[in-house]
Amino acid sequence: MKIVCVRALARTGVAVSAIIVGGSALAQSGDVNVYTYRESKLIQPLFDAFAKDTGIKVNVISASSGLEQRIKTEGANSPADVLLTVDIGRLEEAARSGITQPIKSDLLDKVVAPQYRDPEGHWYGVSMRARVAYVSKDRVPQTVLTYEELADPKWKGKICIRSGQHIYNNALIAAYIAHHGEAKAEEWLKGVKANLAQKPSGGDRETARDVAAGKCDIGIGNTYYWALMNNNEPDKKAWADATKVILPTFQDGGTHVNISGVVLAKHAPNKANAMKFIEWLASEKAQHMHADLNYEYPVRAGIELNPTIAGYGKLNADPIPISKIADNKKAAANLVDKVGFDN
Amino acid sequence: MIDAGSAGWPSKNRWPARLHWRWQTAAIGATAVAAAALAGAPLLSLIVLAFGDTGDLWAHLARYVIPPALVQTALLLAGVAATTIVIGTGTAWTVTTFAFPGRDALTWLLPLPLAIPTYIVAYVYVDILDALGPVQSMLRTIFGWRSAADYRFPNIRSLGGAILLFSFVLYPYVYLAARAMFQTQGRLFTEAARMLGAQPWELARRITFPLARPAIAVGAALALLETLNDIGASEYLGVQTLTLSIFTTWLNRGSLAGAAQMACLLLLIVAALIGLERYGRQRRAFTALDTDGRLASRITLAGPRRWIAACACFLPVVLGFLLPAGYLLREVIGRGLLAGFDTNLVRYTVITVALASTATAITLVMGFLAVLALRYTKRPTIAGCVNIAGIGYAIPGTVLALGLLSPLVLVDDAISALIRAFTGHGIGLLLTGSAAALVIAYVIRFLAIAIGFAQAGFSRVPIELDDVARLLGAEAGTLARTVHLPLARPAIWGAALLVFVDCLKELPATLLLRPLNVETLSTYIYQFATRGSFEQGSLAALIIVAVGILPVIRITRYTDAATFHGGVRP
Repeated sequence: MKIVCVRALARTGVAVSAIIVGGSALAQSGDVNVYTYRESKLIQPLFDAFAKDTGIKVNVISASSGLEQRIKTEGANSPADVLLTVDIGRLEEAARSGITQPIKSDLLDKVVAPQYRDPEGHWYGVSMRARVAYVSKDRVPQTVLTYEELADPKWKGKICIRSGQHIYNNALIAAYIAHHGEAKAEEWLKGVKANLAQKPSGGDRETARDVAAGKCDIGIGNTYYWALMNNNEPDKKAWADATKVILPTFQDGGTHVNISGVVLAKHAPNKANAMKFIEWLASEKAQHMHADLNYEYPVRAGIELNPTIAGYGKLNADPIPISKIADNKKAAANLVDKVGFDN
Repeated sequence: MIDAGSAGWPSKNRWPARLHWRWQTAAIGATAVAAAALAGAPLLSLIVLAFGDTGDLWAHLARYVIPPALVQTALLLAGVAATTIVIGTGTAWTVTTFAFPGRDALTWLLPLPLAIPTYIVAYVYVDILDALGPVQSMLRTIFGWRSAADYRFPNIRSLGGAILLFSFVLYPYVYLAARAMFQTQGRLFTEAARMLGAQPWELARRITFPLARPAIAVGAALALLETLNDIGASEYLGVQTLTLSIFTTWLNRGSLAGAAQMACLLLLIVAALIGLERYGRQRRAFTALDTDGRLASRITLAGPRRWIAACACFLPVVLGFLLPAGYLLREVIGRGLLAGFDTNLVRYTVITVALASTATAITLVMGFLAVLALRYTKRPTIAGCVNIAGIGYAIPGTVLALGLLSPLVLVDDAISALIRAFTGHGIGLLLTGSAAALVIAYVIRFLAIAIGFAQAGFSRVPIELDDVARLLGAEAGTLARTVHLPLARPAIWGAALLVFVDCLKELPATLLLRPLNVETLSTYIYQFATRGSFEQGSLAALIIVAVGILPVIRITRYTDAATFHGGVRP
């Protein structure tokens, strides 16, 4: 046993020390270090393109939660230059937790609409996605829909959705609160809950599948999932074929959109490179990549949408200040508990 | 966390006389203290976090969140415990007691479900059993139904589905622990009982199972803690567990302090459950090691019974391994993942194996020595250390990683300041910025496995052996090297296998603590899964399986040999 251990240790020691030395050397180099909540596979093409354009290498850590905490704990020695994240709530939280510094870029201020950036420049939106309805082509004749209508008893047993605590739904419910206040939002959420065909579970793609299978008529999902099923995954094309995408709106507003965005870390060791990277993300080239590779709505005006996304119809993005969604995040989570939405 | 008290000490009333506190004992004792310090660090920072202000959060949690989460968690755990114990103990007993067609293959096939991450198995089964999957499509064709609304089919995305899926994947924890125990029970009791006319089942019920109870408890505890660690599969299957609530409290209810408090609450519940089990068999601990060190001969089954035994043992392999692995293989071929081979996978495999084997070696050394320290010193301090050392397994991976951040950075800052004092410039974050953080996290997380197996393994060694060795003048180190470690060899191998495969699969702590540009096989799979196309990660999942299979086969072959009580072997 002991001999085996020693041998294994010796063999792997070399490999591990290589990683160790490599790891700490990165922090000081002239690259740019990106912590990201966005799937690395998804944004790797963007990083590669940036490296090709500028000669600056992008080093990445991607995770699903806790990166703000990591940056905060790492403190002044943190190698993080940039944090990329989905969801406005997380962007606001990063800014509030003191791990960011203002980005201050006239170029970005020109390109990104005030709606999608922090007034003090602590975060900028990079791309957008809308939370929409995948409805059955056969069973749902209507072509327009409001979010309010989802609580209408006529849809009893006909709606499918993933967990109310998922970040996408949390933002949607927060937006509802921002429009109608907490009391009305609670009524609405109860109504939606009463209309569910099954207990919330799965992801957006299962939601589309359930609609295709006839378990429900309306599924709530993000815009890009449907495009991915339709264009990139032949074995899931049937699910997309059985459904159509409706961009619902609030009665007094537009379609709920959330952003993915970027912040500059307070102790960024490669600040100049980080600024280049952030500005590059808003460049026409990067915005085209967001639109075509990831099926998102570009945050920069005048960039052509991907044809599949354009096929959903014209996006009338909800004009409510997006930071209000962040403000109501906690209230939305509490409502989900109170109504027992996921139970 | 796992049971420091009884199993390391063979019997309540028969302690060996305390060994002289020589340096060898001190060194072994120091390992226990080091293990406790390591595992205690994230726990301590979790407790510090828990002291943060949570305002009126608990009123809300107590009213709306905790009660349903407790109910769901309790049902899930009870279901998984019952199912894994039945499958794990039943199969382990059958393959050690009987000879039947396919038995040899089954001994190494049975642990294989371990190698597939639980959430991947959940995705696979939902694909297979959901409304548009092959099973229901076939039913629709046969019965002429047009849509899922025309008939009722149990929803796999449910509590019941979760219990079954978790059990398919986690029963090997019980299987491995129970099998290691059944093997060392040897033939003395077995053959005596048989001569007295005991039928196999009676023998099992009255002797084999009660003797194996500590091991079964360890295996089941590991399976349950693994269930509690899960987030991906529970969320996907729509089961609102306490663990999931910890996350929503942190991320959505915006309270890290509240989440830390809930994690502490979860720890208390786990501690209470383990204490309860230990109390339940307090007066039952006894040792049994036969002297000739050979396995009892297996009863050869004849007639239909041999096929029943073969099928019953094969079923869990099919459900937990062959079906999901076959599905992944189909995806690998169907998607051309081999033709369009992602060459990075080679690098990720090397990194993953390097990390896992380093962590496994350290975990085993620390875990087994810590338990021996307890046996040799009998000091309450060491008992406390062993208890703390095993705590990492009861803390969900992401929470553990969060808790580990502060201590790691503290050490890093100290090292950097020290080096700055000498050289004039610091070196940044040595541990946090490197793979060392991952190895440390794995060791903390999986120490409980090594400790649990060590306790179960050593509990079988009669105290007389210690006495004899000591009379012959053996010191602690010699005693460990020549008596205890060789005698516990099946337990060591079993633990090595579990820790290694668990390291290969580890996801939540790896995601948060990894250094820049480091990808393991499981993080590679995860990035596809979060995008709703886990099938793209099929090849990486199969590589984990392949890497995991090699040690499984090697170890089961080794421990299945007729004599393996190496200590007694000339």
